[in-house]
Amino acid sequence: MNRELKRVSIAVLFMFVALFCSLSVVQVFQADNLAADDRNTRTLLDSYSVERGAILAGGEPIAQSLPVDDNYKFQRTYSNGLLYAPVTGFIPVNGAPTGLEQALNGELSGTSNAQFFDQLSSLVTGQDPKGAAVETTIDPVAQQAAWDALGDYTGSVVVTEPKTGRVLAMVSKPSYDPNTLAVHDSAAVNDTYDALVNAPGDPLINRAINSLNPPGSVFKLVVVAAALESGQFTPDSTFPNPGTFTLPGSSSVVINSGGGTCGSGDTVTIATALRLSCNIPMAELGLQLGDDAIREMAEKFGFNSEYSIPLSVTASVYPEDPDDAQTALSAFGQTSVRATPLQMALVSATIANGGIQMQPNVVDQILAPDLSPLQTFAPVASERVISAETAATMTQMMVNGVQDGAASNARIDGVDVAGKTGTAENGDDDPYTLWFTGFAPAADPQYAITVLIEDGGGLGQTGYGNLLAAPIAKQVLEAVLNK
Amino acid sequence: MPRQSNPSSETRDAAPQTGKIRRLHLPQKLRNLELFLLIIACGINLGAVVLVQLGALGQIDTTLVLLGASLSGLVFAMHIVLRFVAREADPFILPIATLLNGIGIAMIYRIDIANAESGWESAAVRQTVWSGLAIACAIAVILIIRNHRVLFRYTYVAGFVGVVLLLLPLVPGLGREVSGARVWIGFGNFATFQPGEIAKIALAVFFAGYLVRNRDSLSMVGKKFLGMRFPRLRDLGPILVVWALSMSVIIFQRDLGTALLYFGLFLVMLYLATGRLSWVLLGLSLFLGGALIASQTLDYVNGRFTNWLDALNPNVYDADGGSYQLVQGLFGLAKGGLIGTGWGQGRPELTPVPQSDYIIASLGEEIGLAGLFAILAMYLLFVARGFRIGFAGQDDFGKLLGVGLSFVVALQCFIVIGGVTRVIPLTGLTTPFLAAGGSSLVANWIIAALLLRLSDTVRNQPRLVV
Repeated sequence: MNRELKRVSIAVLFMFVALFCSLSVVQVFQADNLAADDRNTRTLLDSYSVERGAILAGGEPIAQSLPVDDNYKFQRTYSNGLLYAPVTGFIPVNGAPTGLEQALNGELSGTSNAQFFDQLSSLVTGQDPKGAAVETTIDPVAQQAAWDALGDYTGSVVVTEPKTGRVLAMVSKPSYDPNTLAVHDSAAVNDTYDALVNAPGDPLINRAINSLNPPGSVFKLVVVAAALESGQFTPDSTFPNPGTFTLPGSSSVVINSGGGTCGSGDTVTIATALRLSCNIPMAELGLQLGDDAIREMAEKFGFNSEYSIPLSVTASVYPEDPDDAQTALSAFGQTSVRATPLQMALVSATIANGGIQMQPNVVDQILAPDLSPLQTFAPVASERVISAETAATMTQMMVNGVQDGAASNARIDGVDVAGKTGTAENGDDDPYTLWFTGFAPAADPQYAITVLIEDGGGLGQTGYGNLLAAPIAKQVLEAVLNK
Repeated sequence: MPRQSNPSSETRDAAPQTGKIRRLHLPQKLRNLELFLLIIACGINLGAVVLVQLGALGQIDTTLVLLGASLSGLVFAMHIVLRFVAREADPFILPIATLLNGIGIAMIYRIDIANAESGWESAAVRQTVWSGLAIACAIAVILIIRNHRVLFRYTYVAGFVGVVLLLLPLVPGLGREVSGARVWIGFGNFATFQPGEIAKIALAVFFAGYLVRNRDSLSMVGKKFLGMRFPRLRDLGPILVVWALSMSVIIFQRDLGTALLYFGLFLVMLYLATGRLSWVLLGLSLFLGGALIASQTLDYVNGRFTNWLDALNPNVYDADGGSYQLVQGLFGLAKGGLIGTGWGQGRPELTPVPQSDYIIASLGEEIGLAGLFAILAMYLLFVARGFRIGFAGQDDFGKLLGVGLSFVVALQCFIVIGGVTRVIPLTGLTTPFLAAGGSSLVANWIIAALLLRLSDTVRNQPRLVV
């Protein structure tokens, strides 16, 4: 019997060897693949079980992880969620995060390279790893003022510091409450998310940086800057002043807003055209400059490129190869020119900062759990976009536009406001897009602001930038200047 | 049939004097080793429970520690009993059973904490009480069965009891169905029991007795074919009966694992008794044929095969009765990796039934591949100690019984752990000593007691013969 017993022993040994092998395969060789499987709730839960860092605005947390007694161990909580949703975004239990939660996920969850040694030490000491806190540049006063001023309009308000590029306010409406998407119930999250995706006004879209609209007359700033920088034009350069203008190679006719000529006289200067926001002289200027010169200036301001603040900003568009008619239209921000509110805020801020563009940024610093700064975001200057003289000239023209021109509703007693309004056409029957972009005080610019109102502000084709957008800018600027 | 020469009849006469002499003159080396190992095992078990509490609760709760301590007391009582009635018994079996039992309780307790269960609802408390009962049964077996050859007398009674126990869950009003398998009996809503677990001991006794009696006719005669001697048709009776029994377990009790376990046990014991590979081939082809037909005709068997072969396919994963549990178990094992998350630090509760069928995945998650290797090594050592009885034994009944009982433990490990790690299709069986389940604990502790008794006899005999 012992011969058989030996064979059975060998068979049993093989059974156990098979188990040793299969366990090794699952636990070691397949482990990474299994961990990466998107059905693996353990991996997902792990990313929640670290105490995610807070997101701060003005020293107060606008997003923080509070301990709870469930699988996820921490509940992400957004204070004043509607107000700050475009900044914070949200982190759902069953999907990808958005906003800063996404852009700085590594830092917030403590897995970025800068936190490598913290991870090591927490492995040794047995302490739970913690994520880093993110201190934003958002100023709660500016953010609240922008939110209040925008009222019920579908649109956005962006306030920046021209000298540093810090974004002080970034409001997008309609908004959503990120808390509803951070609940620990996948089904509820999915329902809420689907409802928001289908909701009117696309609340999940951060209009400040991800919504493209025709800029209309606010784009004239870019065209005039190109004209002045070309050396061929001064603010006093004149153009014919007809009541209608037929586009080259087309039967389409351009008129000035409100109809008629641009002021009185047979000719009109660039300064007047900008102050009164006339279309025909700008179309003539655009045709003389050519699309290449306009595009070059637009790209210097930041058009046609995506950038990260570290939220990712959709690229604004100046068309690649327009014909003459399109070039004429593009000179007052129509045809396929598109801009985000942040891009227009950059145009104003660059003019305000004497022609040097500061890189826009929403994060001041990243703080380790012990509050020591892991990373500080000092202001970074991009290259000079326009000369100091051009910037000064344009500032003066924009001040005139507010004091005695098409942007009169942004006037503030005792403060020189520089500004430009825009009223952009979408389709033939579609509501207008209304804009205001500018800065104050003109002599020593502290705040650059851009207001976007989509959907005509509810007035269809009867609203215009100075009527709806300029007063909002005025209200916000008053709030931040009186702070 | 003539009785085989039985050296233990001499033992009975000689034992009183030599026993006394040895007790006076020889230190109980084996028992001292066992005591040493037991202390280590209890220490590890206590450590595991404390680590679970520190890991999952962040504090020490003394209730379960006290329960565990009283359990340790019972184990030491068994050790003392062995000092008197089976002093030459194998010193490794009791510490290994204790260790596995304790590790199992620690993991079940850990899952109770995750599910916030306490009191009698807590599976760990029930498991501890069952463990106490199981160890008491083991002590009783050691005390009552002073010589394993007594069992030889009850060969056919054991066979009858085995079959009755196996078929008991099919009795209307008594049987209970748990997650599809009808292998439980219950009285009212109270006290459910898996009689099949005890049946495996009765069947092992029966197989051993029957094969020792009849192996000549099973092994000597038959035609040679392809270099192997195949049995006569009329000798096929027993294997066909066991095969039919296994198939009925598959069909009526819907329990693939149990059927595989019994049939595998029978085949191995048949091979050991007759020494003929043809039996094994015949049996395997019978079983595989039956399983193949079952996989085509029975939905649940077919599902098990699909889950096994294509577990990660999203359709299979999401299907009703699909591979969700299997894949969750794999995720848990993968999470554990080489060294595990540490006691109380993983998420074993995410896998369905993490404390019974999937306790291996739970342990793999928290104590890692290293921990599972240690546990497998424990099982291997346990089985090897049982096989030693087969190698060193004098009487064929004892040899067959010892090997059969240890093989059943090995096969059960293979079926469960192999199912969890996708070596074979997943079938519901408990991991011996580890998994939550009273009937399984009682059965395995009785197996441990029988192996202790057998090993004691084996060590006693040669000296007496000399």
